[in-house]
Amino acid sequence: MNLKAVTGLVVAGLAFVGTAVADTAPADVVWEDDVMVTASLTGAPGSAEAGVEVLTQRSQGNCVACHEVSALPNVQFQGNVGPALDGVASRWTEAELRGILVDAKHMFPETRMPAFYRTTGFIRAGDEYTGRAANPETFGPLLSAQQIEDTLAYLMTLTD
Amino acid sequence: MQHLKPAKSFALTAAALVALTGVAMADPDPTAELVIDGELHLVTRAPSDAITPNLPERYSGWLFRESDTRAMQMDDFENPAMLAAEAGADLWTTADGTAGQSCQDCHGDAEDSMAGVRAGMPHLNADGVLWSMEDYVNNCRTERMGAEAWRWSGDEMTSMTSFISLQSRGMPVSVQIDGDAAPYWEQGRDMYYTRYGQLELSCASCHEESYGLMIRADHLSQGQINGFPTYRLKNAGIVSIHNRFRGCIRDTRAETFAEGSDEFRALELYVASRGTGLSIEGVSVRP
Ligand code: HEC
Ligand code: HEC
Repeated sequence: MNLKAVTGLVVAGLAFVGTAVADTAPADVVWEDDVMVTASLTGAPGSAEAGVEVLTQRSQGNCVACHEVSALPNVQFQGNVGPALDGVASRWTEAELRGILVDAKHMFPETRMPAFYRTTGFIRAGDEYTGRAANPETFGPLLSAQQIEDTLAYLMTLTD
Repeated sequence: MQHLKPAKSFALTAAALVALTGVAMADPDPTAELVIDGELHLVTRAPSDAITPNLPERYSGWLFRESDTRAMQMDDFENPAMLAAEAGADLWTTADGTAGQSCQDCHGDAEDSMAGVRAGMPHLNADGVLWSMEDYVNNCRTERMGAEAWRWSGDEMTSMTSFISLQSRGMPVSVQIDGDAAPYWEQGRDMYYTRYGQLELSCASCHEESYGLMIRADHLSQGQINGFPTYRLKNAGIVSIHNRFRGCIRDTRAETFAEGSDEFRALELYVASRGTGLSIEGVSVRP
């Protein structure tokens, strides 16, 4: 085995460790008391700055479609289908907020809030917003593990 | 203090409605009156009944729009949908197909023969199958005129349905939901409460539980179809009922149903019945 091949293997091994092993897959999320997720989905803290993008970008979480956040006064068109997120970190623990992000139906069974980190149990799941059927091969959660942790990091800054 | 009274009672009425819907409507005005060209009064608030046990009252989508959009619909010269209705009027008298006949040749003046048609749509055909207005139009074209069917949401079809709907303007929505129509109505009701797509939202999630609220830049209405076909300023064109349904289901990140599908006919009957008593506005204006 030449040196190049060995390095290649090591790099491949590292990449494997860096994603699949460290990220908890949607099906493997561990719930406590059915409403809390204590462990980080990536094994590391998220970035609050990146979390703002997830909250406000239509192509990401688009949380402001339904929630107002007073701390983001420059973000236009905030909705009010859900409660304002001001002070959420004073109302909920980190583990509860992670649970609400992963699948809010654990905390609020009939809620209109979508499950952002679940991949099963949908009726006529589509391929994003095309109106066509989803491809089961590529179907993924609404947000990645990293995006969940980033959003959570931002939510934890919203204290009273 | 006498002079303060009208203003105060207006505020109270608005507050009462806000209490009902649970929200304050900034620009949309739940007490607004829809009067076309200063003469034709349309009913935009109708009492609820057993069909809509979860609605305190039925509201036309017009009430949820901003004042400039509302005003546009009150003036037939300003209403862009009137151009489509005029194009439909021309098609009504234009012979087409191998039989060399026009709609007018069989039906006479639409003002008489088509009055009330939109208000009772969709309804069962002679074979007991639920049909939408588009199905009736295309059936005349292919079976009686020897002409080609029009596309469900193509320009000809939306012009024609705009023209026909206009003949029912001001009449109350009143669809048959019992007897042989009942299974269709129940299918439509089941669909209305089904949480489709990756976002797991039903029609009811948005239009029954959340009307009056803001979802991003949109003010959610009750999702009534008494105003259809509608001119959407955003699309600069007429939107059919099934086209609107398709867009709403697509927005739940779902695999949608096709325009003209059995599913959408059933859903159309159920949603129409939710608007019982509201005036047909065809043709309306939406942002
Ligand atoms: C389609 C609407 C919708 C979207 C999109 C949405 N939510 Fe929610 N959310 C709700 C509703 C409704 C509730 C209230 C829970 C209930 O149903 O009782 C809620 C509750 C919450 C709560 C608890 C708030 C409290 O004060 O108790 C948090 C935190 C939250 N959402 C965060 C988010 C974040 C972060 C996102 C985006 C990643 C998001 N939501 C996207 C509708 C939504
Ligand atoms: C994610 C939220 C959402 C869901 C789910 C949804 N809609 Fe809508 N719908 C909207 C928005 C936003 C509008 C535009 C504003 C309005 O009129 O409510 C709209 C508009 C409509 C309109 C036009 C009303 C008018 O007066 O112009 C109809 C009809 C309608 N929806 C029916 C439905 C039906 C039927 C379903 C289920 C198959 C459905 N909607 C599901 C968000 C939704």
